[in-house]
Amino acid sequence: MSIKLTSRQVGDVTVIDAAGRLTLGEGASAFRDYIRDLAAKGNTKLLLNLSEVSYIDSSGIGEMVSGFTSVTNNGGQLKLVGLSKRVKDLLQITKLYTVFEAFDDEAQAVRSFHH
Amino acid sequence: MAGVDKAEELAMDEAAKLGLGEDERQQFGMAVRECTVNAVVHGNRYSNKKKVHLEIQSSNESLIVIIGDEGDGFDMSALPDPLAPENLLRQSGRGLLLVRAFVDEFDLHPRAGGGTEVRIVKHLLKS
Repeated sequence: MSIKLTSRQVGDVTVIDAAGRLTLGEGASAFRDYIRDLAAKGNTKLLLNLSEVSYIDSSGIGEMVSGFTSVTNNGGQLKLVGLSKRVKDLLQITKLYTVFEAFDDEAQAVRSFHH
Repeated sequence: MAGVDKAEELAMDEAAKLGLGEDERQQFGMAVRECTVNAVVHGNRYSNKKKVHLEIQSSNESLIVIIGDEGDGFDMSALPDPLAPENLLRQSGRGLLLVRAFVDEFDLHPRAGGGTEVRIVKHLLKS
């Protein structure tokens, strides 16, 4: 199974619900295109919901970083919600917890865009 | 890339037979996956004329996986540190960092006959 991506609006925040595996190949490239497309359409408040993502490898992490850079370069923000313990561990090992703002609760994450 | 999934699956199956817990299985499987991806992408440079060699050895004490490629060799010291602040936003370069985090032993050396070989070990008996 690869990655499935859908988006919804919560106020002016675009929540991207990801499900499946974010790994090298189809999953990572689909993710890259999806984030870049949203950023290009002017979405500046993006919240990536990873609660249904079962697996991320180093390529998937690379795409998350690339997405973060794309959104930031367009003047936007990309934040994370719903990280499993495994994904939290990956962010710790790679020190990317210093880059990504991550939340356990979606409502709290959405509010954080307006502070 | 089907071979990458297969290598990971074989390693995880062996880890399951040896009684490793789910987290350890998945971590070891990811280590095998990252090494196999490196062999295909950086070692063999996607050449379908070159093979990736996979060997799994298990005992009561350890699970060992050896992954070899037929590439031009690899200088690990030339890799940028993925944890350096200036490299944190690089898209790639984290694979071996994860491998080292998830295994008990990691060794990378030239492969007999050309290419690079990586040997990763998970100890089964904790002291």
